[in-house]
Amino acid sequence: MNRIDAKRRNVLDHRKKQFADPSYKETHYPHRLNFYSTPPTADITLEQFEQWAIDRLRVLAELEACSFRNRTPAETAAHMKPLLDKYLPLDASSSGNSKLHAQRQKDHYSHFILRLAFASTEDLRRRFARVETMLFRLRFQTDDSRERAAFVRTLNLDWEPVPEEEKRALAPQLATTVGFGSGKRAQQVLDEDWCKVDWTRVPDLVRDRKVFLKGGKAYVPGREQQSMVLNTFTSRLERALELTARALPRLDEDDRLTPILNHLSKNFIAPDSSYNGSSAAIEGAEITARNIDNLSQHFPMCMAHLHRSLRRDAHLKHFGRLQYTLFLKGIGLNLEECLVFWRSSFSKITDDTFNKEYRYNVRHAYGDVGGDANRRSGGYSPYSCQKILTEHAPGPGDAHGCPYRHFSMENLATLLRASGVTDPKVLQGVMEDKESQKYHMACNRVFEHLHKAELKRAKDDGVMTAAQLETIVHPNEYFKRSYLLKHMGRQQQQGDVKMEG
Amino acid sequence: MPHSDPPVAAEDDTAPESTARLEEDPAAAAASSSAEEEDVIMAEADGVQGVVEEHIPGAEPPSAQAQAGAEEADDDMVEITQEQRPGVKLEDLFDGEDSEDEEFPSSSNALKVEDQGAATADDAAAFELLRTYYQRCFPWRYMFQWLNHSPVPTNDFKHREFSLWLHNDAVMRYQSYMTSDLFRKDVLRLMPRRIEIGPVYTADPRDHKTFRNSTAFQALAKELCFDIDLTDYDDIRTCCDKANICHKCWRFITMAIKVLEAALREDFGFQHILWVFSGRRGVHAWVCDKKARTLDDQQRKAITGYLEVVTGGTQGGKKVNLRRPLHPHLSRSLDLLKDHFQQDVLEVQDPWRTAEKAEALLQQIPDPSLRAALRSKWEASPGRSSAAKWADIDALAQSGASSAALDPRDLLDAKQDVVLEHTYPRLDAKVTQQLKHLLKSPFVVHPGTGRVCVPIDRARLDAFDPLAVPTLQDLVREIDAWGGGGGGGGAEGVMADGGGLDVKPVQDWEKTSLKPYIEYFRSFVTALMKDEKEAAVKREREEEGVQVKVESLEF
Repeated sequence: MNRIDAKRRNVLDHRKKQFADPSYKETHYPHRLNFYSTPPTADITLEQFEQWAIDRLRVLAELEACSFRNRTPAETAAHMKPLLDKYLPLDASSSGNSKLHAQRQKDHYSHFILRLAFASTEDLRRRFARVETMLFRLRFQTDDSRERAAFVRTLNLDWEPVPEEEKRALAPQLATTVGFGSGKRAQQVLDEDWCKVDWTRVPDLVRDRKVFLKGGKAYVPGREQQSMVLNTFTSRLERALELTARALPRLDEDDRLTPILNHLSKNFIAPDSSYNGSSAAIEGAEITARNIDNLSQHFPMCMAHLHRSLRRDAHLKHFGRLQYTLFLKGIGLNLEECLVFWRSSFSKITDDTFNKEYRYNVRHAYGDVGGDANRRSGGYSPYSCQKILTEHAPGPGDAHGCPYRHFSMENLATLLRASGVTDPKVLQGVMEDKESQKYHMACNRVFEHLHKAELKRAKDDGVMTAAQLETIVHPNEYFKRSYLLKHMGRQQQQGDVKMEG
Repeated sequence: MPHSDPPVAAEDDTAPESTARLEEDPAAAAASSSAEEEDVIMAEADGVQGVVEEHIPGAEPPSAQAQAGAEEADDDMVEITQEQRPGVKLEDLFDGEDSEDEEFPSSSNALKVEDQGAATADDAAAFELLRTYYQRCFPWRYMFQWLNHSPVPTNDFKHREFSLWLHNDAVMRYQSYMTSDLFRKDVLRLMPRRIEIGPVYTADPRDHKTFRNSTAFQALAKELCFDIDLTDYDDIRTCCDKANICHKCWRFITMAIKVLEAALREDFGFQHILWVFSGRRGVHAWVCDKKARTLDDQQRKAITGYLEVVTGGTQGGKKVNLRRPLHPHLSRSLDLLKDHFQQDVLEVQDPWRTAEKAEALLQQIPDPSLRAALRSKWEASPGRSSAAKWADIDALAQSGASSAALDPRDLLDAKQDVVLEHTYPRLDAKVTQQLKHLLKSPFVVHPGTGRVCVPIDRARLDAFDPLAVPTLQDLVREIDAWGGGGGGGGAEGVMADGGGLDVKPVQDWEKTSLKPYIEYFRSFVTALMKDEKEAAVKREREEEGVQVKVESLEF
């Protein structure tokens, strides 16, 4: 009998694996939570396929929206509860619910269907991983503590418990990381379940200085172990999505699923999706380099501040330029005008310096130069509030960012007063919003104050639909709405004249 | 001839090639580099882009004698190239035609437009200085070993991106070299005024175009880098601003290094940390441990978050906002910085001498009545020193000028925040956060100041003087002044196979004030390689059957 040598047999196996029929395997769901490591194999109907995916998508989209609105975890949980109960209920094992298996099966299958739908591009993969992690976190937090511990044990995370002796020796340092009051500190430190892991496993705890570090090991208190579980969840999911993406072209499919999947991924549109250029352009507005000073009265504070800084210093640092360029692009300033604008604004430098150091970046933002992908997609999208709030926090000398978030209250108040917000009630409201980290609310509050009269008229006349009056989550939306409101009368008049003629 | 042997002998093999090919590449480089979207990352790099203008004064020879020497060197060039003319290749002739309309300060160009004036002659002289430096002083071998982590070329070196900044402002990204010798040759051919080091990729960076839109070409590893720049201290230093530095403000860098060293070694457990003077107004750190090299972007971000204390833009108000109790890293840093604050900030910088600055300090005092008491006291005696003002805070608080509601804890916290604001390291986080970020290589010459980016010996940190770092001119002069009648070849690569000699010949860098810096670098690299080797041997033992060949070859 011929035996294939070990090496070759391995190769055969490996290749066969990619095309192998998945063998049916009965799936049990002993835990409420799921790391989604094994794909489902049972049959479901096409209707179920679509319905389950849509239900899950609804939950995920709402979760994402919560994070865009800067809701606190508690608010998010309260907001999500009815939705979760309706679309994706998941009960604890102890509840004894007879539908337990069905619930968990739906959760399992819908996750994997969406994986297929969102594996195609890197952008979708990243967003999917992010919202799935949010969903997992929500469930993890609400899980019964005993069941959660049992679930965590099945994950095989290599945590090393900290022995009593070491705990005692390091007690003062450990105490500072958990912020215990001065009282019975030492005892509380000893009571806590500490474990030691490589610091690279808990980057977010390290970033926020929530753990004590020694020789590359992070000392994680029991209550923070959640972060490690979440991290593992995200990284495993990201890796799995990569693999899915690679397998996607070989999807053995009879054109029943592909349309559904495409449809699903198209519907996954949330507030931070790219700001659509065509819908942003405002008819009749003169958007030119010359006119920016005039238009700046319609800018939200973040952009108004950038504009002011630019006029004051005749310069902006890198991220300030980027944020402002993209915003200007979003309001409809074309590339030539934008270059004119920057050139004339940087009045202290020579043409040569401008061409060498700045020109390229502006063109790059418009997609005029750069790699294939950049040119095809027309450069970057204007930054949303979410992006401005969370990415590239301003450092010394920077003027970008969100004033509501990155300014101290005094400086913010000065800026607001200079922009015509003097009503103490509004300023008080902004301060409260800022303190509770609802920066959008503060911005919208200022918007409503500055456009009080116009908004009232618009509502009375029924010019603007409810959708047009919902919370602003994009600086360009702020501009557009402000511009339209201030010019509402004129446009209508024009319209009226036309009708008469 | 004062310029003993403007390396005619050594030049022979490189000069014709370099003068001919110099013109053809920059154009290609400009095209290829401008097509790269990654260029945007570098747009903010510290003021490098204006350097061509600065280059001429910076490169001016300090003495008339050296000037003469440089001009003579220039004359030599004429001879060499003219001698070479008969043997010139066809393509070289075409290149010569192209270069007519380029404003490119290569030596051959300088020959053609000789009568344009002194600026061009200086330019050519500067160029010659740079060539001498690359040929005779640059520590090629240790640079190679530093990046390669082993004597035999590995992918750590072969897949490493280098980017070369040429004299016409073009940047050649994605260069890579199979061996240290090829690297040296290419640098001598292109004479970049700046070399940057990027990450190790999964494949040869030169092939990056063939991997578009795929996961096959990805950055794998790079040293964990930090960049501290004195311009970020402008709001708290009173002695200098912008690109200027002096001994007084260099102390900020010294304290920054101490704090970061402690955190990186004790907390993160890194061992191989190389501090490099950035040539003008700051330092770079290269953390070279294997663990540090393989960190991903998220982990790098975590480190900057962990280390970052001073935040907020110009409008952010209070720049230090820390949770209490202080994290152990912060209390340790405070301990390290306390004395520096007393000495280097209060005494030397005197940051609150003016009423305006003092007001900023008052804003950080948590109690209104204490604030008012301090204000009236300071207004009564204008010109009171910062040290006295700092002492006043506690004195008045104890004498009961504060309201009863003021918790002494709050005052202490506020004072700690002030200390940190004035001493704690201010990092350029972007350099650290991105695996793909390029950073200027050690031992490159800063085009503005002419100073070499030398490594800083941790053990002699306090003695390091940025204004005494050797410049290009110094080095060339020192080689010329060396009386030891060193080896004829001079170039380091040649030295290695001079086996027949009884006495180990003196290498050119050993004749200069660069010697202690290169020796320190050598010991750093040796320690790093030893660690890597041990790790490799250990791995080999663990993985049965897989043979990892570790033998030392000479390069």
